[in-house]
Amino acid sequence: MTDLLAESLYVVAALLFVLSLKFMAEVRTSRMGNICGVAGMAVAIGATLLAYQTQNVDLLVGAVAIGVVVGSPIGLKVAMTAVPQRTAMSHAFGSLAVALVGAAEYYHDAPAIDPATLSVLSGEMVLGFLTFTGSCIAFAKLQGLISGKPLLYRGRMFVSMGVLGVAIASAAYLVANPSQEMVLPLVAGAALVFGFLLVIAIGGADMPTVIAILNSFAGISAAALGFVLDNQLLIVAGTLDGSSGLILGIIMSKAMNRSFTNILFGGVGATVTGTTSTETRVAQTYTPEDVATIMRDARSVIFAPGYGMAVAQAQHVVKELADVLQARGIDVKYAIHPVAGRMPGHMNVLLAEAQVPYDQLWEMDRVNPLFPETDVVIVVGANDVTNPAARTRPDSPLYGMPILDVDKARTVVFIKRSMGPGFSGVDNELFYLPKTMMVLGDAKKVLTELLSSLRNMGN
Amino acid sequence: MTAINSADLITNLLIFLLATVLGQELIRHVSRLLHTPLMALTNAISSVSFIAALIVLAEPNTEEVSLLAAVAVALAATNIVSGFLLTDRILRMFKRRKTGK
Repeated sequence: MTDLLAESLYVVAALLFVLSLKFMAEVRTSRMGNICGVAGMAVAIGATLLAYQTQNVDLLVGAVAIGVVVGSPIGLKVAMTAVPQRTAMSHAFGSLAVALVGAAEYYHDAPAIDPATLSVLSGEMVLGFLTFTGSCIAFAKLQGLISGKPLLYRGRMFVSMGVLGVAIASAAYLVANPSQEMVLPLVAGAALVFGFLLVIAIGGADMPTVIAILNSFAGISAAALGFVLDNQLLIVAGTLDGSSGLILGIIMSKAMNRSFTNILFGGVGATVTGTTSTETRVAQTYTPEDVATIMRDARSVIFAPGYGMAVAQAQHVVKELADVLQARGIDVKYAIHPVAGRMPGHMNVLLAEAQVPYDQLWEMDRVNPLFPETDVVIVVGANDVTNPAARTRPDSPLYGMPILDVDKARTVVFIKRSMGPGFSGVDNELFYLPKTMMVLGDAKKVLTELLSSLRNMGN
Repeated sequence: MTAINSADLITNLLIFLLATVLGQELIRHVSRLLHTPLMALTNAISSVSFIAALIVLAEPNTEEVSLLAAVAVALAATNIVSGFLLTDRILRMFKRRKTGK
């Protein structure tokens, strides 16, 4: 009887989860989406507690208390610049939880466990454990605990595939011999090592895609656990999460003109393959005052921000500058490249935090046709995503990547710490165009000076 | 005790496939502005694996089973709490331009 009640409540929870994502379609309804998510979770947990009365009340309360104590400060305090790291951490936690439940389920039932169940269970554990270590490495790279450079060595593919082979072979052995409990740690160990090897060989610049792929893995492993436990709510929730990660991953890889295989196994970012021309080209550098003079006569301005803006903590000055420009009747927009920032949608969040109204945030496809009619583009902390070589030079590693067409604007102001190349290690020919004004220095400092020059000019 | 019987498997596969199609449709329509909070939200939602840990914890037969399930409960609870709180915090930051300007 309680089982039937619980099952019915699971249907309600699944519906609430679906509605939750439906409401995320637009900003206006998005907070309702989160509320539906919370409600669905509450229904699911309530139903489970009702149907499965636990003998281990102390253990349960203790474990939940730890979750609340650890989770609350993360949710309430983490800086918006650190959200990518926290996302990687949450994938690590989620996939480990799923893998551990899988292991517990095995130890609970073994050896009375049929091959079909055990196959799904082993697959779920392999995926869960490799996602755990992979996400831990992604976290360490994003947090700067370890170098963002890919760790590459000869025969790397051979080693990785060998370890994955061990994981799969030992899992297959376990399926054939369910009573061999000692094999499980081997399966888990090999999967953990494979996850480590996989992500350690991927460069920091690819982390937005990697996070999305790990997101997808975490979701799929949760769905697989649903198959094992014959729990349809878990299948639905895990699949929705897996779908989300997959789609975001596809968007990210398209925005970098790379395939999943190339990102996961390509090791891009270690070697500079760009054509570093020997001719010495000189970029014209300007002062913030020079830029202020140009901007005084501008009628339209587009900011093209990159993660460097957030590193310099310059988003608030950018917003102030935008306010001053708007007060002068100048049209202001922000051009958002899909991989600006360090995870899908990250730049929007960083700017929203600086109180930039979201209707000024223009995504790449929508803003690109507007550049030819734009007087001034200000590139802050971005580089590769503006490099025209992506359109024009087939020999460039960036060739084919969709970019913001800032070079088509009448004047391009490039605020940069130094003349160094971007993540890809490729020189940007935009620096040397006659219409480009390079302003070297810390983004926040340069923008603050630009702001005060503009203010001093009066109307 | 746990056994996937073929009738259940077919039903579950059907649910999985429908959820995949539905998921693709839903996510495709999510505004690009919201991809970061979307990730925080789906992460919290998939931590409904919390209930799987609860179910295992309800009838443990050995110490190690209880321990594994309890660790899973703590991890999933962390994700649920931080995921929903973070999603709400991010979504509250998105504001429209003041009207009339």
